[in-house]
Amino acid sequence: MTKSELIEIMAREQSHLAYRDVELAVKCMIEQMSQTLASGERIEIRGFGSFSLHFRPPRMGRNPKTGDAVALAGKHVPHFKPGKELRERVNDKFAELQEA
Amino acid sequence: MALTKAEMAERLFEELGLNKREAKDMVEMFFEEIREALVNGQQVKLSGFGNFDLREKKQRPGRNPKTGEEIPISARRVVTFRPGQKLKARVEAYAGSREQ
Repeated sequence: MTKSELIEIMAREQSHLAYRDVELAVKCMIEQMSQTLASGERIEIRGFGSFSLHFRPPRMGRNPKTGDAVALAGKHVPHFKPGKELRERVNDKFAELQEA
Repeated sequence: MALTKAEMAERLFEELGLNKREAKDMVEMFFEEIREALVNGQQVKLSGFGNFDLREKKQRPGRNPKTGEEIPISARRVVTFRPGQKLKARVEAYAGSREQ
């Protein structure tokens, strides 16, 4: 499912809103989530999961073309931990299909 | 403070002029539709943010950490998140405290 497919589904379910409003809302939510992580803050959505930053310490890397060693600075990377409800629903459905 | 659904709804109310009810429903539906897709075994791609992928894990040996008793960890399906280039670049620039 892509972002535009998600917007379509949501617009169909909220027929009292214009498609354009749903589209703007989805973009606004994604932007707010990105901004939050970019400012070093966590996101906590109960039943869905939490996003946080993990730190990758500085390391020596290599230029793949020349083979020269290059010092790489430490950096933060986004991390997602699925929440209980998401974990259970995804896996229950999977278990159900496996038994069938 | 972490970003929550309440704050996301507040932003939709302020920026898009949705009423409080619509804003709350919108946020709720956004996460629910992503969850639904994942439960149904569908990958979710939010361009500019990242992809939620599904991985199937085989059964593996495990242990009850309290008793030390061996119990197999059943085969399962899990959700993983792969941040997109744009989000990674924005987060990498975050130079704040390493404590998250």
